[in-house]
Amino acid sequence: MTAPVLEMDGISKGFPGVQALDDVAFRLFPGEVHALMGENGAGKSTLIKVLTGVYEADAGTVAIDGRGTVIHGPLHAQRLGISTVYQEVNLCPNLSVAENVFIGRQPRRLGRIDWAEINRRAAELLARLDLDLDVTAQLGTYSLAVQQLVAIVRAVDLNAKVLILDEPTSSLDRGEVGRLFAVMRRLKDDGVAILFVSHFLEQIYEVCDRVTVLRNGRLVGEYPIGELTRFDLVAKMTGQELASLEELEEATPEAVQGERLFTLEGVGRAGAIDPVDLDLRAGEVVGFAGLLGSGRSELARLIFGADHADSGRIRTDEGPVSIRTPRAAIDRGVAFCPEDRKGDGLIMDLTVAENIVLALQAARGWLRPLSQRRRDELVDEYVKALRIQPPNPDMPVRNLSGGNQQKVLLARWLITRPRLLILDEPTRGIDIGAKTEIQKLVVSLAADGIGVVFISAELEEVLRISHKVEVLRDRRLVAELRNDGSLTPERILQTIANGDADT
Amino acid sequence: MNRAALTSRLAAFARSSLFWPVTVLVAMLLGNVIFTHGFLAIHVRQGHLYGSLIDILLFGAPLILVALGMTIVIATGGIDLSVGATVAISGALACYLISKGHGLFVAIGVAVVASLLLGAWNGLLVTRLGIQPIIATLILMVAGRGVAQLITGGQIITINDQDYKLIGGGYWLGLPFAIILVAIALGVTVALTRRTALGMLLESVGGNAEASRLVGIRAAGLIVLAYAFCGLCAGIAGLMISSNTLSADGNHAGLWIELDAILAVVLGGTALTGGRFSLAGTVVGALIIQTLDTTIYTAGIPPRTTLVFEAVVVTIVCLLQSPAFRAKVMRRRRRRAKEPAPATSKQEVTA
Repeated sequence: MTAPVLEMDGISKGFPGVQALDDVAFRLFPGEVHALMGENGAGKSTLIKVLTGVYEADAGTVAIDGRGTVIHGPLHAQRLGISTVYQEVNLCPNLSVAENVFIGRQPRRLGRIDWAEINRRAAELLARLDLDLDVTAQLGTYSLAVQQLVAIVRAVDLNAKVLILDEPTSSLDRGEVGRLFAVMRRLKDDGVAILFVSHFLEQIYEVCDRVTVLRNGRLVGEYPIGELTRFDLVAKMTGQELASLEELEEATPEAVQGERLFTLEGVGRAGAIDPVDLDLRAGEVVGFAGLLGSGRSELARLIFGADHADSGRIRTDEGPVSIRTPRAAIDRGVAFCPEDRKGDGLIMDLTVAENIVLALQAARGWLRPLSQRRRDELVDEYVKALRIQPPNPDMPVRNLSGGNQQKVLLARWLITRPRLLILDEPTRGIDIGAKTEIQKLVVSLAADGIGVVFISAELEEVLRISHKVEVLRDRRLVAELRNDGSLTPERILQTIANGDADT
Repeated sequence: MNRAALTSRLAAFARSSLFWPVTVLVAMLLGNVIFTHGFLAIHVRQGHLYGSLIDILLFGAPLILVALGMTIVIATGGIDLSVGATVAISGALACYLISKGHGLFVAIGVAVVASLLLGAWNGLLVTRLGIQPIIATLILMVAGRGVAQLITGGQIITINDQDYKLIGGGYWLGLPFAIILVAIALGVTVALTRRTALGMLLESVGGNAEASRLVGIRAAGLIVLAYAFCGLCAGIAGLMISSNTLSADGNHAGLWIELDAILAVVLGGTALTGGRFSLAGTVVGALIIQTLDTTIYTAGIPPRTTLVFEAVVVTIVCLLQSPAFRAKVMRRRRRRAKEPAPATSKQEVTA
């Protein structure tokens, strides 16, 4: 193989409270498509942002064509030959295709913009990649997929040696993905090094040559794609080393047969999750396992009414119920801690106490405020019970650490005495102590008869506390595995990798 | 012991968001003493209180009222540009009805209910139709002036009803009635938002709409309520303004008061992005604006420079309010304090 066009070594980057990258190395060779894989929080986006100059690394070196470089910013990265195409197209839909390709660097003649030249050169560039478009048409008249291709054309014409494609396929259909891959292969033949990020395993195996896996900000390894089975890839992404299996076995919870709370019959939403059948029982912890983008959060949001289901129905033993808004779900005893606790969960302006009583107060309405005494009692009780640190209810919630913020969210729902508690990644990005506390809490809540849906990217955690595990993959529920003592992380992994329960 | 308690109380105040607005207000009042001796004095004449401070409160009363309503709307993450038009409509309605011989209470009642409905209309445009608040209220801001002129028939209606005069220009218990009215409105607003859960829920909706939806808050009702309340405040302010002059001017009553009100809210430390709001801050903000107006008259600043003078003061207050600006100034001062030593050593090197 030739010399790498890009070599990053010992890259570290920390943010307050979290080490996003820790001594990560990454290489990219000319003429290869290289997948960067990892779950949420693995450090993919941080690494890409270091590479494009958005962030400055705390430590480590970057070499381009063997020369050590410091990347000062996105524009500088572009001048060095590193171009990026993001999931959301960053072009102007109201300008023409040709204008978009040359925006900001229009060829001039006699001080005026040379339109003929722009259109001629744009057409030439597109033809080189087998794209047949009208370069004078408005970009917005083309599909998102085509817009993405135009973004790539623009990036490549900036003399890109390194092209970063950050989840370009997440909103494309199969045919469009094929078209994108054709363009990627052509660029590869021209010697462009492509860094490809996608959550779809199929696509990684279809188009990539090598793969680098990150987990929790650390480098797991770099592998030729042919030498890494899907199973191994998923195992490396989720951190399930087979050696760690033994210690998990003892922790298997006992099966319960509580009263049925909700039955999902073909509940689904186009583009989010295919129709799902599912029983949710009191006292039972149901784990949702699957990779990012598998539909695990989407399903949870449907149960809570955060999104509308467009098929199927939800039943209780008394009959069908309509859960079309969070309000309706809450009135039926459902509680939901969303994955993005800062964006969708907490109100950062408000204090710890206010955040804790918010759900209960919303249910009572503004005219029936909790009395100051009742409110103090409740807040006190839960700050103590969940050991929220610091135990100061009047502190703005934004000043708390991630783990304590998560506890505030839990407290908020627990004081409403829910029957079903949905937790989407409740332990992500929080320290190990708080993590164990939350796991213990979930187990004891279930013992008290609360039904729990537990979503986590960590299979070990799912297995430890769940009675049954729903496995999701590519927006489908592919299997339900009972945690009867014989279930292993290996088997869950296998199901995620292969898409069915029997292999 | 007592002194320690006092200093810690003062230190807490210095950190609170009210510190800078109050400091500016006090500085402006003291500054006035230089131009006008006895500026701070309050006299009793014929059983009524007189003085510049009373004047500031009296003339500032409509603005404080409008700004209170504006605070609630801004807390939800919205804005209401139509309050000036509502002021005009409310005054026009009341004066028209009185001039047609209807009773005082009928006139006031109709005007107040109409303002409430105008506010609710804004709220419905924002929640039901999902129009951006600035556009939704712009509709009434423009159309409302037309409505007010229709009511007055394009004329300035003048009336002679001394009972109506009480609202904006009369005295009660030695104080201008408008000041009492504002005090009551402030008390009611504080009670409504802080004694119930309304304030917290509004701050939640304004602070993070999606999280509020996921916690089960029905935002639409709260938002309509906020705009209706804002309309009501503007309506009462409209009564005050028209009562003070015993006339209704559809064209000029409450003109640009929406901008002053927004400014008062911002000066008081409530962010335009919504969330946390401070009613006390808004009152202080409105008083700063009114004091500025009064200062311009009493200090004899030439009329052609008043707008520039206002602009300068407002800019200074806004800069003082900005934590980013304060941090920058502090950093520079610290750097300057540190710099002399290395500067001299450098000189030595070059020498």
